[in-house]
Amino acid sequence: MITVGGRVSPSVREERLTAFEVERLRKDFPVLGQPVRGKPLVYFDNAATSQKPQAVIDAVHHFLSSYYSNVHRGVHQLSERATEAYEHARETVRRFLNAAAAREIIFVRGTTEAINLVASSYGRTHAGAGDEIVISAMEHHSNIVPWQMVCQATGAVLRVVPMNDAGELLLDEYEKLLTPRTRLVAFTHVSNALGTINPVGDMVRLARRRGIPVLIDGAQAAPHLAVDVRQLDCDFYAFSGHKVFGPTGIGILYGRGDLLDAMPPYQGGGDMIKSVTFEKTMYNDLPYKFEAGTPHITGAIGLGAALDYVTGVGLDRIAAYEHELLEYATKACAAIPGLRIIGTGKEKTCVLSFVLEGIHAHDVGTVLDHEGVAIRAGHHCAMPVMQRFGVPATARASLAFYNTREEIDSLVGAIHKAIEILG
Amino acid sequence: MSDLRELYQQVILDHSKKPRNFHKLDGAHRTAEGHNPLCGDQVTLYVQVEDDVIRRIGFQGSGCAISKASASMMTDSVKGKTTAEAQGLFERFHDLLTGKGGPGDPGDLGKLAVFSGVREFPVRVKCATLAWHTLRAALEGKGEPISTE
Repeated sequence: MITVGGRVSPSVREERLTAFEVERLRKDFPVLGQPVRGKPLVYFDNAATSQKPQAVIDAVHHFLSSYYSNVHRGVHQLSERATEAYEHARETVRRFLNAAAAREIIFVRGTTEAINLVASSYGRTHAGAGDEIVISAMEHHSNIVPWQMVCQATGAVLRVVPMNDAGELLLDEYEKLLTPRTRLVAFTHVSNALGTINPVGDMVRLARRRGIPVLIDGAQAAPHLAVDVRQLDCDFYAFSGHKVFGPTGIGILYGRGDLLDAMPPYQGGGDMIKSVTFEKTMYNDLPYKFEAGTPHITGAIGLGAALDYVTGVGLDRIAAYEHELLEYATKACAAIPGLRIIGTGKEKTCVLSFVLEGIHAHDVGTVLDHEGVAIRAGHHCAMPVMQRFGVPATARASLAFYNTREEIDSLVGAIHKAIEILG
Repeated sequence: MSDLRELYQQVILDHSKKPRNFHKLDGAHRTAEGHNPLCGDQVTLYVQVEDDVIRRIGFQGSGCAISKASASMMTDSVKGKTTAEAQGLFERFHDLLTGKGGPGDPGDLGKLAVFSGVREFPVRVKCATLAWHTLRAALEGKGEPISTE
């Protein structure tokens, strides 16, 4: 198998990544090669944030060391190059999401800011007293709190789609919650705490049929699944750069052009204006209307490189490989006495949230760390999910395409050690 | 592995599995709630103080082994002490966990010295001190829930 800078030669591509290929790709990620506490690092905290390939590090380094400048205002050469690279990154994101136009791609800080932008700009202007906003029971706090704030400001009411014991949304209940008072629906593509992949296509269709706009939180989907916003037919789609192998501090809001055009700006400042007098300001066109201030140019360029990298590997092939990892890991973990997996839906990304009988997740995390296995322990910023399953916290192993079966074996060994020490 | 055993000493595991004073206290003069948002540890403390002496104390809640054992051992160790003595004990305990007290003399900390292993795990200091922060809040009569963040 030939790989060049993360790209696999098309002539030899198989439908999924092979173990051999993964070994080659792992070398693109400098962090993965190091020992932690004397053991090889097993990085299973990808749902929190992902590691960076050399291509991203190089793109950021190259910008900062050879053509660093501000964008959209310089008359000089460096600024022209920086502007070109920044807008090139936007075009890369457009392709990644298959959006119709680059003007529908807004650079923001991350998924959280993207959702807050829509909540502030669209939510507050469209929701009134007695109106309803529908979210789901498996949302991250960042797709709950902004809507609660809208409700507080407008008198609108939050409605929550329930889920079953496997961690799957109840579509019948969802449909019942879509009423003439529903002003917006917001749900996650993939649950960060459970790994559940929601049937977003069906969910969008049900809402759009009633003329209700839909926002999808794609933070946990973008690194694992191919996303096509036109096929999904959603109105807004948000994701974060750092979870898809890019830098922190940069993320994307995709919005349908006609909706974004009609929305008021989120923040005021430089770059989002055409002209300013003390009497009146003319706002800039899309996407700049929503990008006040000097943007995170470095982050955007890094994100562009990350998306090129991940597209080069191939998201469909990543999804197929990760599904095999999930099956392997689920089987191995289910065989551990006293271990209960939280989130057992039929469609999942490679996330294993679990609790051990009589042992708190935080203690599990400490023992695993001693074995070089990095996981997250806690409520994963989804406290209502923890309440739904009646647990204070879970231990969560979340995998990416650069993880391997051997690493899952290390996880299982470390869990046995935790039981030995704490059980 | 050795410092893991140092952290999870048998006494700590024993207290986390069979916590002492693990009950609500009817007629408690002072109560306070503490939580650690990072990991979801939560503790409610009930204290009865007479003539400035902690006569009875109990707690409820959920949390990791360190936080539960610490709450259990804290309640054991402050019972019968004046509020000033309890505050002083917390200060010395805190110094032990953060290494300020030096490796030397945990002397008058008594059984609480088993928590010295926490020093090697800075992120777990919050777990070990949650119950103590909550005790301080109860004694100082702060009505607001205590957070370690």
